[in-house]
Amino acid sequence: MNIPDPLDPVAALNAAHPDAIKDTKTFRDELTIIIEPQDVPTVLRYLRDTPGLIYNYLSDISPVDYYPEYDRPARFGVSYHIYSMLYNRRLRVKTFVEEDEPVVPTATTIWPGANWLEREAHDMMGIVFDGHPDLRRLLMPADWDGHPHRRDYPLGYETIQFSFNVEEIMKHKPFAKE
Amino acid sequence: MGVTPKLGNLGVVTTGLEDAVNWARTGATWPLLFGLACCAIEYMSTQAGNYDLARFGMELNRASPRQADLMIVAGRVTRKMAPVVRQLYDQMSDPKWVISMGDCASCGGVYNNYAVVQGVDEIIPVDVYVAGCPPRPEQLMHGILTLHEKIKGERIADWA
Amino acid sequence: MAEMTAPTTGPTTDMSQWQGSLDELRGLVSDRAMTGETMLLNMGPHHPSTHGVLRLLLELDGEEVVSCLPDVGFLHTGIEKNIESKTYEKGVTLTDRMDYLAPMSNNMAFNLAVEKLVDLDVPPRGQVIRVICLELTRIQSHLVWLGTHAIDMGAMSVFLYCFRERERILDMFEMLSGQRMMGSYFRPGGVWRDLRPEFLPALEDFLDYFPAKIEDYEKLLTSNPLWLDRTQGVGIIEPDVALAWGVSGPSLRGSGVNWDIRKAMPYSGYENYEFNVPLGEHGDVYDRYIIRIQEMRESLKIIRQAIDNLPDGPFRSENRKFVPPPRTELGQSMEAVIHHFKLWTEGFSAPDDEVFVAIESPRGEIGCYIHGTGGTMPRKVRFKTPSFMHIQAIPVMSEGHMIADLVGIIGSVDIVLGDCDR
Repeated sequence: MNIPDPLDPVAALNAAHPDAIKDTKTFRDELTIIIEPQDVPTVLRYLRDTPGLIYNYLSDISPVDYYPEYDRPARFGVSYHIYSMLYNRRLRVKTFVEEDEPVVPTATTIWPGANWLEREAHDMMGIVFDGHPDLRRLLMPADWDGHPHRRDYPLGYETIQFSFNVEEIMKHKPFAKE
Repeated sequence: MGVTPKLGNLGVVTTGLEDAVNWARTGATWPLLFGLACCAIEYMSTQAGNYDLARFGMELNRASPRQADLMIVAGRVTRKMAPVVRQLYDQMSDPKWVISMGDCASCGGVYNNYAVVQGVDEIIPVDVYVAGCPPRPEQLMHGILTLHEKIKGERIADWA
Repeated sequence: MAEMTAPTTGPTTDMSQWQGSLDELRGLVSDRAMTGETMLLNMGPHHPSTHGVLRLLLELDGEEVVSCLPDVGFLHTGIEKNIESKTYEKGVTLTDRMDYLAPMSNNMAFNLAVEKLVDLDVPPRGQVIRVICLELTRIQSHLVWLGTHAIDMGAMSVFLYCFRERERILDMFEMLSGQRMMGSYFRPGGVWRDLRPEFLPALEDFLDYFPAKIEDYEKLLTSNPLWLDRTQGVGIIEPDVALAWGVSGPSLRGSGVNWDIRKAMPYSGYENYEFNVPLGEHGDVYDRYIIRIQEMRESLKIIRQAIDNLPDGPFRSENRKFVPPPRTELGQSMEAVIHHFKLWTEGFSAPDDEVFVAIESPRGEIGCYIHGTGGTMPRKVRFKTPSFMHIQAIPVMSEGHMIADLVGIIGSVDIVLGDCDR
């Protein structure tokens, strides 16, 4: 069987979609390609289908919240970690979305497995995936307010009980009687 | 009160009503099949051959709350699961007891955050707390024996 | 006073969130449910055969499953957000409790990511000890899988036998870390402490005693006509469908896709061991069962090779910027005291950048994504867990099957809800 040689993803993308790549980065032998949110489906589909690239497995969709720092292009980053089984290499495709309009087109048309990954990103970070078939809350109860994994969402902890404040805390703690 | 044999070796004993009923209740408190997280795996280990729960008559878990006496809350109770726990507890028929197994069920455990109920006693009344993360089978058995002591100390006035 | 600073809905005990209307399901279940032609049945979070708190909304046409909507999140503990407020070394204990049947695999994913982020080496002895523990974890997890899967399908004695063997492994874990299950034995840079003198003889005993037990399980199940009837041809998933849905691990290899991260992108010295990767053909429940039984045998082979080649030397990295010194050094060196103080109060710092590491856990591919801040606590830790992807794929595998088959399918993909919900 004639397997074509592996291509360099950055060079191939630059040839096919010239304005798609905004930036690239290499850290600890991991290549990251940074693109605009609206280019996500075209770039991912190109990476999946082109002979020489064949990134056929979606490993993860990870959102990051850069609040409250201002040295990144936008508040949220969404990373798509894809893996090519044929050439045994990984790639990260990253896009930055603004806080007031965190919209990214969905990847479920390319990999149906992205369905729950995007639902969780929406539930936990509030990123809206345009075109997703079923964008409901996944892990939190349906009537929950807020997006827990955002950096400005408090951890919601109960005060640590020491001997000087334990009675105070126990008075306010709801205990079930019956 | 105790058990006093009468009439020599005719095989008749007399005892108090409370003692007899409490002894019968401790004999086989059927647990509700309610494993939530990691403590459930230790609970399954306790039920398996090495540390046997059949010695307490608890080798079968009843899936239906109507048929269960004992609810062993094994694992972390999250806010999404809390109404389910409460409904199951309400559906259990009297007499019923609750063992809160593990740190997460007793006090929230390692997780002090938005998603975990800090102790299942915020939702249902607990009889025995078993500490550990997860508790060793011997610890759970000690908890069950403590529960048996508690049951044996119940009086007619406490019965539902 | 109890400081619940999050806008929570309280430990609610009212059931109103469960009273939905049929309209909400429009588009999620087939149209026949809207008219009542098919029945909607709730296989609720409290159920004996869903391995953990999984809620499935089944749409049934008689006994046949038309569609199946999983509802997860009943065990969502916010572990990832908790780790963001802890240092990297303290975060290891929280990762144990995600996939609670394979705690050391989660540890491994997190530690590999941290080590990659801060560029920390692991000495050879540490790597070999990690491999031994990972393979023991794999065997122990497959034993629980086999016990619970068999008991769901009705074979109760297999459960007791598997847990009996598992006790031996848990005894060995207790020798290593003091805890049977959640040992947090792996730390950034290596392992927490060296092997105890009683560990290797116990491990040798186990390696002699265990292969016969796998034969026992096979004698009970593999050619059992009841087992074959219930598992062959059930829950088939095609290889390209499985890849598209993100299935990994034994469930993917059951469909014939030869992908094992231990072979493809080896970590912790896996390239030095000779082992086979069992593959299935049909992608049904039976193939996934056979693969896991074979994987237990392959793990024994790896452990054997690891013991034979166990090098001497340090078990944890000596880089004192990241690894606290042992107590004996504290009395002798001022730098050791300073490092000890800084590392245990503040922790080490990681650069403001991101890494992604994936390992092969007994369930599939665990991916750990860590983004540092430049400070001592991570900005974002995310685990992509195999059970999360597999529960998505359960509806694909179970369409057209009956409820009894659905129980077998859920068992065969080896889901753990702590792994899914984190």
